[in-house]
Amino acid sequence: MNAKVTALEIHVADVTHRYRKQIALESISLNIPTGKLVGFIGPDGVGKSTLLSLITGAKKLQSGSIDVLGGSIDAPAHRRRICPAIAFMPQGLGRNLYSELSIRENLEFFSGLFSQGQDERDARIEALLSATGLAPFEDRLMGKLSGGMKQKLGLCCALIHDPKLLVLDEPTTGVDPLSRRQFWALIDAIRSENPKLSVLVSTAYMEEAESFDWIVAMDAGRVIFQGQPGTLKGNEKDLETAYRRLQAQGAPAITLHESPARQIETDPVITARGLTRRFGDFTAVDSVDFSIKRGEIFGFLGSNGCGKSTTMKMLTGLLPASSGEALLFGKPVDARDREMRRQIGYMSQAFSLYGELSVLQNLRLHARVFDLSDREERIAELTDRFGLTTHRDTLAAALPLGIKQRLSLAVAVIHCPRVLILDEPTSGVDPAARDTFWALLVQLAREDSVTIFVSTHFMPEAERCDRVSFMHAGRVLAEGTPADLIATEGAENLEEAFISILEAEEKPAPVVAPKVKMSAQTKRARASFGCAFAYTRREAVEVARDPVRLAFAFLGSAILMLVFCFGITLDIDELDFAILDLSQGPESRAYAAEFAGSSYFKPTPPLDSAAEGRSRLQAGDASLVIELPPDFGRKLRAGETTNVLATVDGAIPFKGETVEGYVAGLHQTFLDEQARNTGKAPVEIASIEPRFRYNQSFESIAAMAPAMPAILLIMLPAVLMAVSVARERELGSVVNFYVTPTTRLEFLVGKQIPYIVIGYANFLLLVGMTIFIFGVPLKGDPFPLAIGAFLYVWATTSYGLVIATMTSSQVAATFATAIASVVPTIQFSGLLQPVSTLEGGAQVIGSFWPSSYFLHLNVGAFTKGLGWEALAPDILALACFGPVLTLIAVLCLRAQEK
Amino acid sequence: MQRISCIFWLGLKEMMSLRRDWVMMALLVWSFTLAPIMEATGVASSVNNASIAFADEDNSPLSRTLSTAFFPPEFQQVVQIEPGTGPEHMDAGRFIFVVAIPPGFEKDLRARRQPEIQVLIDATAMEQAGIGASYITNILSAEIYRFAAGVDLVDAPPVDLILRSAFNPNRDTVRFAGIVALIGQIMWLTTILTGAAMIREREQGTIEHLLALPLAPFDIAMAKIWANAAVVLIAAGVSLVFIMQGALDITIAGSKPLFLLGTALFLFTATALGVFLATIARSMAQFALLVMLIVLPMLMLSGGETPVEGQPAWLQAGTLFLPSRHYMSASQAIVFKGAGIETVWLEFASMAALGLALLITSLVMFRRSIARMS
Repeated sequence: MNAKVTALEIHVADVTHRYRKQIALESISLNIPTGKLVGFIGPDGVGKSTLLSLITGAKKLQSGSIDVLGGSIDAPAHRRRICPAIAFMPQGLGRNLYSELSIRENLEFFSGLFSQGQDERDARIEALLSATGLAPFEDRLMGKLSGGMKQKLGLCCALIHDPKLLVLDEPTTGVDPLSRRQFWALIDAIRSENPKLSVLVSTAYMEEAESFDWIVAMDAGRVIFQGQPGTLKGNEKDLETAYRRLQAQGAPAITLHESPARQIETDPVITARGLTRRFGDFTAVDSVDFSIKRGEIFGFLGSNGCGKSTTMKMLTGLLPASSGEALLFGKPVDARDREMRRQIGYMSQAFSLYGELSVLQNLRLHARVFDLSDREERIAELTDRFGLTTHRDTLAAALPLGIKQRLSLAVAVIHCPRVLILDEPTSGVDPAARDTFWALLVQLAREDSVTIFVSTHFMPEAERCDRVSFMHAGRVLAEGTPADLIATEGAENLEEAFISILEAEEKPAPVVAPKVKMSAQTKRARASFGCAFAYTRREAVEVARDPVRLAFAFLGSAILMLVFCFGITLDIDELDFAILDLSQGPESRAYAAEFAGSSYFKPTPPLDSAAEGRSRLQAGDASLVIELPPDFGRKLRAGETTNVLATVDGAIPFKGETVEGYVAGLHQTFLDEQARNTGKAPVEIASIEPRFRYNQSFESIAAMAPAMPAILLIMLPAVLMAVSVARERELGSVVNFYVTPTTRLEFLVGKQIPYIVIGYANFLLLVGMTIFIFGVPLKGDPFPLAIGAFLYVWATTSYGLVIATMTSSQVAATFATAIASVVPTIQFSGLLQPVSTLEGGAQVIGSFWPSSYFLHLNVGAFTKGLGWEALAPDILALACFGPVLTLIAVLCLRAQEK
Repeated sequence: MQRISCIFWLGLKEMMSLRRDWVMMALLVWSFTLAPIMEATGVASSVNNASIAFADEDNSPLSRTLSTAFFPPEFQQVVQIEPGTGPEHMDAGRFIFVVAIPPGFEKDLRARRQPEIQVLIDATAMEQAGIGASYITNILSAEIYRFAAGVDLVDAPPVDLILRSAFNPNRDTVRFAGIVALIGQIMWLTTILTGAAMIREREQGTIEHLLALPLAPFDIAMAKIWANAAVVLIAAGVSLVFIMQGALDITIAGSKPLFLLGTALFLFTATALGVFLATIARSMAQFALLVMLIVLPMLMLSGGETPVEGQPAWLQAGTLFLPSRHYMSASQAIVFKGAGIETVWLEFASMAALGLALLITSLVMFRRSIARMS
């Protein structure tokens, strides 16, 4: 079979892939036949996902070559051409789907990515939904689907464009056995309908692989077998055993402790009676009963999301029960009972120790928390027993998965608990490591009489338990020893037993292949903006359904506008002043009255001494202290020169200088009045008339309110834009962009449009606030302002795109965009300091910054009352930023994952 | 006793985790070194390098003297423009100030006809306009007065005004901006560090693990609070000595321990705020957006950016409930004016009271959010 090379075959030659220093794939060479169901098997972390991502072109090839559908996947032109023929469903159920969108909306989005027409789209969606039995739920949000339904939806989305090559990365992980079986039946039906379809699929369930046409077994980044499953299996009892034989590391270090279950004592350690938990109107756990005896290993079997974890959390006291009761050692579980918690060891689903601490530090921390007296001995004992001694100083994050699990177990038993609650402890671990882990569990139960409550979705594990309980959709369907259950159902093994129990519970829908034989083939001739609109529509729906982002988009600008405009006003008046009048005559009182009568100052009780003045200034009780000398009145009357000492609080420079200005003005007024009263010539020989242009009353609001939109309309739209792009990358849905025919420009512009609309709506909101709340009239021409605002919002969202292409996480995108938009706007756009007063480099930055022009435009239109002629240069300048920044973002965006 | 030891060890764990989080470490270093230096030396709030033009229709010795009376760093080189073109230049944003001297100005002055000089001011250049106008008026009056005294037109004024700028005789803006920047960084960083530590614990699923241990939500929150507060306090102390005093050459009038004591009081508020926001936010991204919406206004209204006296009366009353305002005013009193505990005790007490209230609220919220979790 290897020899027959056809044009459609997938040919992998000498591919090596690294993540930093770590090797994920090591010189892999493969010839994958076409038209077959090809399985990639092996535990987590052996490189299956990396290889599949490379084949679909989602990841960029580092070295070696991969030919797919008659050309190199590394050649951009070929990749673009064959994109519509490939469908990729990445690992993690629903990872490339959108949880805020309904089933139908998800499908419509994928259909839009392939520029399908309305009729074609509806026909295809109809066919896919009815074939998979999802039709009754088409309006349900994807985030609220069960694992099995997510899996079906993922498959529908992958099949929407009739691919020739279907790549599914672990489509069945964590799904219940019945759904799994139905899934494979569906795949078979589709393949018989469509014989040319090649399906590549990876799985961690070895037993599934027996029915594949061709398998590729992988271990530690290398291919250890390729060929038909029968060849691999040989004489072994199943594929798992055969796989293990091929694995490099050989037999597990710890042999399985197969001592028979002891006579189990009768006192129940864990009891659940009618245990129920509701979240809103959703019942996660529905009156569950069981009782577990001392030293027993009790298995809890069920798919993801069936209520296993919720039940376990209720038993540990992490979650209160809605009704029913959970008893530990005959006492009700109480979250506040510390003594009870000391009896429990809990290991949660995901690895939940501190990756940034070493093995030893993690153990020590827990020993401290439990206040163990013999800490070091206990840690030494555990590291020895769990085979962690050689890893003592390794950071937990750097450990292989199997050893991480052993560390988690060591931490869970560090305080010698009597009950151990383990939530899917071995998911993703390779078979050998799983054996080691179970050997430790059996030892704990048999030798130390620890009661173990363990959940799993792996049947081979369930078979090792003393008793198991089948859970499905929140209810326990059956309970008993594995042997009893198999016997009752008359099944071959536990999996068959589970399936027949499930089938009795709900009749499965008949499996049919979707009838999607369409005359119209997906074309990509017209370079329409279909994909872009698909992104636009999706983005708009998502934002509309995310309350925090929505609030930030609209309330954010309104709140900040209020805060800035009311908070940052530079009109300071009614400042506290105190006077030390040593003269106490009519002249000195007149001088004091000059200050007290002005709106700038507010008198506070007079001072008795200079020292008191100083202490008032220090405490901030006065901003100005005036000292009039004892001979003030006498000298003034005598025409001699006297003086006044005014001490201003200069700690805040702006305030200090403003006060000095006020003082000089009032002093001058006093002198003029004195001169007039005494009939002398006025001191003033020439008058200097300040004329505040644009804003005669010189209220800061008239300048501040129109200036604020310049900063708000860059910060908020840019941050939202950057978050939206970074979010796709963080959640993994960006893979849809990598593997579909969407161009970089379509992706970015499509996502940008809703934010331009939001930005513009914000602009109108701010204009409304400026006019109606802050009472600043729009004196100039509204049309140039409206056009300029659109160009500005385009520019600022594009700026968000540029930053998003350079950051990887949402948090980094938020803070980087906030800093990179606010700082230059405040410093260089003329917000605080007009551009004309900036020096050298700062002025250059200011003239290459869009806010400078929008600030001038908005203030010009509002306060200066300017029209087209004066504003045209700003509009022209603003028009350049949007296109240029979008172009930079397009050039910076990677079309494939690194 | 056992609980205190748990809180202590969990707190140490926080510090070890932080040490390995290079993004946060980089943010920490940046915030307490370069960021305040840039902010302090960046924009000067008083008149600096202001653009000024003269429309001189008199062209007399006096008017020429007037145009040479403006010097850097306050003013740029004076530009002579055509009379009557001032408004155009201002519309284009080329000048903030245009001084118009009428024809026959010197002659009218000598004839005691009280001629008038007009100073056009671009009132949209807020900070510069107000102070700049009084600068220009003072400079022009002084020059005219000197000229008039020289030709015996006037007597000396009967009262001399001696203006003194207390606490800041050189009208230095770097000191003010530097300390305000440091305080701002303390606020941002404390809230971000604590909240991010909280959310990271939740996103990585370790919070469930912690809650299954014999620990109360209170212990977990307290461990985060003390550890992050300690980290920021140390960073703030180091920055005060090496960046503020060292690099920026700022004199601290009051006692540094007193300033750090105030900082410590404030940190409890800021860390509690971090815990509070972390319980509201569902993800790190939401937290980041919330921090911006909450911390930015707190900082803006604290009296650091613009004087509290500028706020409307109702807002001034409202900002009394912002711990940031008390912290800002106590810090300014200590650092700039050398105030002692007898002056700032009320601010300290307010901070402690507000911080305690916020801490209790956020602990209650945190406990509820734990109950809602999953």
